[in-house]
Amino acid sequence: MIKDQSIPQAIALTLAQAIVLLAVSPAIVGLIKKVKARFQCRQGAGILQPYADLKKLFRKQPVVSTTTSWIFTATPYIVFASTVTAGLLVPIFVSQMPLNFAGNIIAFVYLLALGTFFLILAGLDAGSPFGGMGSSREAIVASLTEPAMIMAIFAIALTAGSTNLSTIVHRTALLEGIVTDPSPHLMALAAVFIVALAETGRVPVDNPATHLELTMIHEAMVLEYSGRYLALLEWASAIKLLVFLTLIANVFAPWGIATSFTPMALSIGLAVYLVKVAGLGLLIGTIECMFAKLRLFRITDLLGVAFILALLGLLFFYILRS
Amino acid sequence: MAIPLFLILVGYAAGVLLPLCFPARPRIQNLIAHGLAAVATMGGIYLGMVGLLAPDPLAMSVSSTLPLLTFAVRLDALSSFFLLMISLVGLAASIYAVGYVTEWYGRISIGLLGSLYNAFLLSMTLVVLADNGFFFLIAWELMSLFSYFLVVTEHEKSDVRYAGLFYLIMTHIGTAFIILTFLLLFQGSGSFSFDAFRDPGHPLPDNMRTMAFVLALIGFGTKAGIVPLHVWLPYAHPAAPSHISALMSGVMIKTAIYALLRVYFDFFGGHFPWWWGFVVLLIGAVSALLGVMYALMEHDLKSLLAYHSVENIGIILLGIGAGMIFHSYDLDELAALGLIAGLYHTINHAVFKALLFFGAGSLLYATHTRNMEEYGGLLRRMPWTGGCFLIGAVSIAALPPTNGFVSEWLVFQSLFLSYQMPSLLMKFMLPLAAAMLALTGVLALTCFAKAFGISFLALPRSSHARHAEEVPWPMRVGMGVLSAVCIALGLAPMLVIPFLDHVSTSLIGRSIADKMLALDGWALAPVNVEFSSLSSPVLGFLLVATVALGLALVVCYGGTSPRRYSKTWACGLNLTSRMEYSATGFVQPIKRVFSTIYQPTVKLETEFLEESRYFAKRRRFEFHIEPLFQTYFYDPLIAFVSGLADRMRIVQAGSLHLYLAYIFVTLVVLLMVAL
Repeated sequence: MIKDQSIPQAIALTLAQAIVLLAVSPAIVGLIKKVKARFQCRQGAGILQPYADLKKLFRKQPVVSTTTSWIFTATPYIVFASTVTAGLLVPIFVSQMPLNFAGNIIAFVYLLALGTFFLILAGLDAGSPFGGMGSSREAIVASLTEPAMIMAIFAIALTAGSTNLSTIVHRTALLEGIVTDPSPHLMALAAVFIVALAETGRVPVDNPATHLELTMIHEAMVLEYSGRYLALLEWASAIKLLVFLTLIANVFAPWGIATSFTPMALSIGLAVYLVKVAGLGLLIGTIECMFAKLRLFRITDLLGVAFILALLGLLFFYILRS
Repeated sequence: MAIPLFLILVGYAAGVLLPLCFPARPRIQNLIAHGLAAVATMGGIYLGMVGLLAPDPLAMSVSSTLPLLTFAVRLDALSSFFLLMISLVGLAASIYAVGYVTEWYGRISIGLLGSLYNAFLLSMTLVVLADNGFFFLIAWELMSLFSYFLVVTEHEKSDVRYAGLFYLIMTHIGTAFIILTFLLLFQGSGSFSFDAFRDPGHPLPDNMRTMAFVLALIGFGTKAGIVPLHVWLPYAHPAAPSHISALMSGVMIKTAIYALLRVYFDFFGGHFPWWWGFVVLLIGAVSALLGVMYALMEHDLKSLLAYHSVENIGIILLGIGAGMIFHSYDLDELAALGLIAGLYHTINHAVFKALLFFGAGSLLYATHTRNMEEYGGLLRRMPWTGGCFLIGAVSIAALPPTNGFVSEWLVFQSLFLSYQMPSLLMKFMLPLAAAMLALTGVLALTCFAKAFGISFLALPRSSHARHAEEVPWPMRVGMGVLSAVCIALGLAPMLVIPFLDHVSTSLIGRSIADKMLALDGWALAPVNVEFSSLSSPVLGFLLVATVALGLALVVCYGGTSPRRYSKTWACGLNLTSRMEYSATGFVQPIKRVFSTIYQPTVKLETEFLEESRYFAKRRRFEFHIEPLFQTYFYDPLIAFVSGLADRMRIVQAGSLHLYLAYIFVTLVVLLMVAL
């Protein structure tokens, strides 16, 4: 809740959050690509390459299919908007966010679902079988991730006595209501990590680097996009990745985040945040090199494991408490 | 209350009689019937608002010559809420119907259709107003009969007749259980008046109360469409004219929710063991999940919507069930939260489901088919219908910031707050129900992405779709009104919560409106603002602001070049509608993942060319899913009943002497028992 914040301060903090999300997200994508390149004994493009890609895409003339309706051109904006809005509900470098009151973890999950819904529609809109295939696969992956996501965060929420992300992070950072046994947290962490891989379309669920119809999910849905529309979608998916990394970093290891509004705390918070997400980016890059993509119908097993882990976390929490 | 109620009754009665006075003048019949219905429903909206704002219930009665029956009506908060809902959807349906029935001019009697339509609305109004068990049963039966007559409007089609028969049988099985419930209540009270039910002379013993609970759940559950009593919905709702389907699916099945609340919270005064609530919760969770799963496999748009009614009744029961469990543990604030969540979803579902049925009706009107695989590309040809259907789809998929999201969010919160309960079992089961709700939510999203995407996007899949035209303006207005209500209910929960709180206060006796509205009403909080909060207006604003941000970024980075249009690349071929993903193909992964539930059977027959087995001459693909309850419950039951009837036939010889002998034997036996 807004407690010790004035309205201008709240607006400034919200804008700062949005700017961090927009500015840092392409670098994470660049970092992961760099890590993969080094593992494959390649030099790879620079970490800042995605920025140049985006800039170029924005300027290119977009080609739109004659088959499509307004849904197709509106979708990039809706996906961008829902992803950024969802990102604003996650504390980034300050634990007490001004927008905390606007929505909790359920709102976060459903905002991302809003983007998914329109992406699925856009995939169908061009009439190409590739788009439909991507949409159909995205639907099944989304169906299986969301229950696991909600259960996992709920197990954490119980410890903090809140489902609002900012409150969870703030209380955990100040070590309020921490359980002595970390096992529910670890199980939930594993579940959220699997969910994050699935939701952001990374290996072993989806491969962002391929355009092979046998395997692609997210890339198939956005196959017909070009120019500024593609730029917005690419940016949105980078933001989504960063938001999930932020969620993992701050909910499970919030230490270092600014719990007050002094300039010192804020700058430390920002620095620690960047180190944490960069670390997670390295981890994801490593995973992408170590594992192969799963077959589509094996993904359900992986996501089933995530769901069971989250449920076990919940059960452990109650057993440890009672 | 007396005067507006009298005017409403007169309005409906005139709507029943007058259209019949202009035979063979369909235009006049149409305008009179639906105009009068619109006026009467406006009166209903007014009366509902008055009843919701009034501090005390308003009651009046007219005695009759029959014993035990008085025409007593009572308008308390609960009745007012449902009256408001019936009238609101009824108003939109009346506007919509003016355009929709034009299709039948000269083919069926518009006068009769309009007359039955008014009678149906009237009977639903009386169901929620009745204050006497006998009167309630009469109104309930009339509601069932009138809706049956409306379902069989197109009775020349055999599948419509079958659907009607199915509905008639199921609804009467339900009514039988309701009569038994009321007879049980009568045992304690000695009178059919609801006041006596509330405060019986001889309170029922516990086992009788449990019996009444089960009987009421089965009886009203049949009308509500809970699993496994849902089997009639996917037959009856598609068969009816679309504005009737909207009323049946959006409103009529909610009268069962009204009755359940009335019996459990009002008659039983909320005194029940925890497992009652748990049973309701369990049925809710199973109905929600199975409803949406069967909806996914359905490609008849109206059947799909009917299955979604099963799903949404399940979500409503999740809220009410959680409320009942909390109430039995004396956690009254949380109980009120559960009830408010359930009631909020009740009105939301009424609005968006009616909207979606209107949309489906418009598609049927424009293309003359209900099969989704024959739609496609309709957003360009029918932009208004498409836009309204999209709003309905986003709402039912519970995506922010629409109304479906707000109420589903509240249901989630009431399930999560179970951690305050003393029982470990409940602590664990309620979050599990929340997980099922989460799965239900995403599957509903998938289902409506399919419904909208396959129907409205890409290339037309048939000549029907290619030649579709936008529907006449009354239909567009009907849909537009409900779309606006969907958005308003989503963005302004602070205006809705106080009314719902009034209803739950009247049932539980604890008001939580001031606790739910944090930050001057800008944020919604489930009792405890620290636990969670939601501000749908702020989320709506943020979404608009970030869309603007996206536009600004595009302009700022020089993305202003005009779009170039080109054909979709189809690997060098010309793209045709046969290359598009079909609805069946779209849900294939889901069918495969959940094959335990669907038990799909696939038959693929291929005829090869004689010269080579590498070239197929003809392929035939067939697939169907096993409707579990029909196969493993209803079919054996029906077989048993008709088998029993067959065996009973030997007593029916058709001879008068034999029947006289039966009577004689019965008399002797009875006399012997009596002595």
